[in-house]
Amino acid sequence: MAEKIDLQEIEVWDGNYAAAQALRQAQIDVVAAYPITPSTPIVEGYASFMADGYIDGEFVMVESEHAAMSGCVGAAAAGGRVATATSSQGFALMVEVLYQASGMRLPIVLNVANRALAAPLNVRGDHSDMYLGRDSGWVQMDAFNAQEVYDMNLCAFRIGEHPDVRLPVMVHQDGFLTSHTAQNVRPLSDDDAYKFIGVFQPVEEMLDFSRPVTHGAQTEEDWHFEHKARQHKALMDARPVIESVFAEFEKVSGRKYKRVESYMTEDAEVIIVALGSTVESARLAAQQLRDEEGIKAGVVGPRVIRPFPFDAIRDALENCKAIGAMDRSCPGGALGMLFNEVSAAVYATAKRPLVTNYIYGLGGRDLSIVDIKAIFRELKANADAGKITTQIQQFVGLRGPKLGFFETREGK
Amino acid sequence: MSNVLSNEKRGMRELGAEKKVGWDEVTHGVVLHSFEDDATDVAMRKAEDRNYSEFNSYTATVASWRVVKPVYNRDICIDCQNCWVWCPDSSIISRDKQILGIDYDHCKGCGVCVEVCPTNPKSLLMFGEAISSDDAIAQWPVKEKKEK
Repeated sequence: MAEKIDLQEIEVWDGNYAAAQALRQAQIDVVAAYPITPSTPIVEGYASFMADGYIDGEFVMVESEHAAMSGCVGAAAAGGRVATATSSQGFALMVEVLYQASGMRLPIVLNVANRALAAPLNVRGDHSDMYLGRDSGWVQMDAFNAQEVYDMNLCAFRIGEHPDVRLPVMVHQDGFLTSHTAQNVRPLSDDDAYKFIGVFQPVEEMLDFSRPVTHGAQTEEDWHFEHKARQHKALMDARPVIESVFAEFEKVSGRKYKRVESYMTEDAEVIIVALGSTVESARLAAQQLRDEEGIKAGVVGPRVIRPFPFDAIRDALENCKAIGAMDRSCPGGALGMLFNEVSAAVYATAKRPLVTNYIYGLGGRDLSIVDIKAIFRELKANADAGKITTQIQQFVGLRGPKLGFFETREGK
Repeated sequence: MSNVLSNEKRGMRELGAEKKVGWDEVTHGVVLHSFEDDATDVAMRKAEDRNYSEFNSYTATVASWRVVKPVYNRDICIDCQNCWVWCPDSSIISRDKQILGIDYDHCKGCGVCVEVCPTNPKSLLMFGEAISSDDAIAQWPVKEKKEK
């Protein structure tokens, strides 16, 4: 029987340690992992807790991230509660197996400390890896700080293991900015956390010898489409499950989460939509602009990236005039993901606010409060003019000549 | 013994002839069960006594693309079980250490059984798909003399 830890009411944890503590409290059966900066301390933390007798589990050291996720798929198909962590290139190497995990409906939890993808090689935080996973069929949750990393991990097991969902879940946090920044975290007690997550309920597990089962069967044109449709339906239908898990989590923690987190949006004329720790910076900038310049600024941060909260994003944004969609990933010859998806959501509204795209923070480039205020002011100019006054896509915080693409057409 | 070779469950359908259902009825995660009932003691039951499910290949013909086939000659075989051990598709049928024949619903014609057969002449030889077993046995080679 695993030993318990008496946690303080307030602990000082960075995002990685908060994730490791959540994995300990969830009593993960198997972690198959390969280290990569900046996510390494998550699985290192799990291994330490296990070695010290705080977890009844198995740590499987593997030769690559592809093998790490493959080990997780095998252990999950066998019938265990399984988790791991990765970043950047490691995430990229896992991608093939991410699709296997979701297609096989295995509720694995993957912590991603987001980091830029090479080349050029870079260990700092941006959202390239997060974006790389967005069609993989996983639930993707985004934590803006260490407390939320802890909370989202506990919720991730509940959501992924729910009988109506049975899908793997990623918990994203910003590499270094969140993963290595020690902050105050209010954890649940071990007993309360485990009670919230619950005992793992295996489904179609391979270790049930009375009912031998094949996982990972091949399907060609006669079956594949139906299986993918069913999988997509389960992911789309995870939305109410996520809301009910958040509601239950509020009862045990007092902390309220939503699929889309809105800050000062009720009367906002201009809104920034962002992910990760940028949401917190933007909230500060919005508050200062309201106090100092009277600009009605608001912030929207998708807590859940997949299933994309098309409905909740639309509700949060439909009454504003101008939106800045902030993408911390080089879009590779397109407009950014948030721009495209936010635009699609608000296109289905009566007022159709103006949407522009800001590419920022690549490879860990800092985005200051001053930068964010300048973006809000541009959005305000768009709102006042009733049209987009800048290029539709702009790079911000970049040295050299201004880089941007596409002008709006006159007459709206 | 003959019911083992002509077992009604084996190879009863072409692969892909399963009942097609809509997206809302397909199994969760493409999970397929091998047996219809509790399989705890399945290792103690002979294949023909197991309740294989529709999605187990035992009930399907999965050998339509074979172009050459092994033919078995009972008169020469010494029942050493080498072919039974080596066959990658469990297509050599053996009961009580006696070879009974070949499961042509699952044999892919790889020829491993012929390769590992130790008798002289061999008790298994490859023939074209169109040649009947009787014709094949009529053409069977004679024992090769040892060279001195």
